[in-house]
Amino acid sequence: MAMTLHIDIVSAEGHLYTGQGQMVYAPAVMGEIGIAPRHTPLLTRLKPGDVRVDPGNNQPHQHFYVSGGMIEVQPFKVTILADTGIRAADLDEAAAQEAKRRAEDALANRQADMDMAKAQAELAEAVAQLKIISQLRNIR
Amino acid sequence: MAGAKEIRTKIASIKSTQKITRAMEMVAAAKMRKAQDRMQASRPYAEKISQVIGHVALANPEYHHVFMTPRSEVKRIGYVIVSSDRGLCGGLNSNLFRSLVKEIKDLQAEGKELVYCTVGSKSLGFFRRVGGKVLAQVSHLGDAPHIEDLVGTIKVMLDAYTQGEVDEIRLAYNTFVNTMTQQPTVSQLVPLVPGADAAELKHHWDYIYEPDARVILDNLLTTYIEFISYQAVVENGACEQSARMVAMKSATDNAGELINELQLIYNKARQSAITQEISEIVGGAAAIAN
Repeated sequence: MAMTLHIDIVSAEGHLYTGQGQMVYAPAVMGEIGIAPRHTPLLTRLKPGDVRVDPGNNQPHQHFYVSGGMIEVQPFKVTILADTGIRAADLDEAAAQEAKRRAEDALANRQADMDMAKAQAELAEAVAQLKIISQLRNIR
Repeated sequence: MAGAKEIRTKIASIKSTQKITRAMEMVAAAKMRKAQDRMQASRPYAEKISQVIGHVALANPEYHHVFMTPRSEVKRIGYVIVSSDRGLCGGLNSNLFRSLVKEIKDLQAEGKELVYCTVGSKSLGFFRRVGGKVLAQVSHLGDAPHIEDLVGTIKVMLDAYTQGEVDEIRLAYNTFVNTMTQQPTVSQLVPLVPGADAAELKHHWDYIYEPDARVILDNLLTTYIEFISYQAVVENGACEQSARMVAMKSATDNAGELINELQLIYNKARQSAITQEISEIVGGAAAIAN
């Protein structure tokens, strides 16, 4: 039997995924990482992006969007603590476009009291969401 | 027929009390559903982050955060106590306080000093009454508490720990078992407690930290403490609403029973008054006929 990982994905608003899988891909701050069973323990932060779970047995990959968070890797266990997370299929493209436009607006005509870091973070989130949406569309 | 009027007013007053308790029951039932949803939404995250923290406490990191090293001598213990803001919720708060008082007495017998940090006005009131050093307090968080409202209060306690004023922090709150049962719980927040799956992770190991152990651990520990305290507050909120609903339901039922009993007494009194009146009339008529 092939080795599998136990994967838990939770966000502050609820539980997203629990199950076995062969591989997990996550957007770590230092670049995207892929985790296979027997990975060495790892603790790192995530940036906004797409978490993919390969359940094995030629099943389709599961996509999740996370807005940032932490990932903890133990040899046979991966825990993803997302700040906010959503199943990629539930992402709202129109809302993401709107959020991107708003964030770009805010960055373009910067007001004195505008929080730049916040606008940049919002922009990064919206861009990440749109990227996942277009990726998903290519798969289908 | 002297008692009849008194009984009637008493029935009326109990009826209006019953109306109030019934309304409170229904309000609590509606709030309970929301509070339970809120609690259940954040529970998985709280469980998972505790698990991760349990692993971190077992690791042998290159960088030791102050929260990770147990102090050799524990002289002062800080308690963060989560209670409700309002009463009329059965024995919810008093059960928590009772189990706390027992623990506090044992600790004081061992010569330990205790300081408190209260969340919710009931616990503040309790420590005002029995005496105790309250470092910080927050109350009236509302039905939908926000982490930001809590953070300041918790930080006072954490700062006291960092500065060596307290050597251990514990968190006391009610855990939600089901609508009928709430369990007073005291758990240790700082220093971190190793996880239950300690056996399988016994060997000497450490994480790879990216980008940097200090940043990652500081970040993780802060999130952990904030989130666990938040979870305690929402859990306590769900407990409060369900305890209130149950308490108000039994109050309404009791009022109903009391009304029935009084109604019976009232009917008997009325009946005997009528009987007496008739017998007086009959007696009078008989006397005239004679």
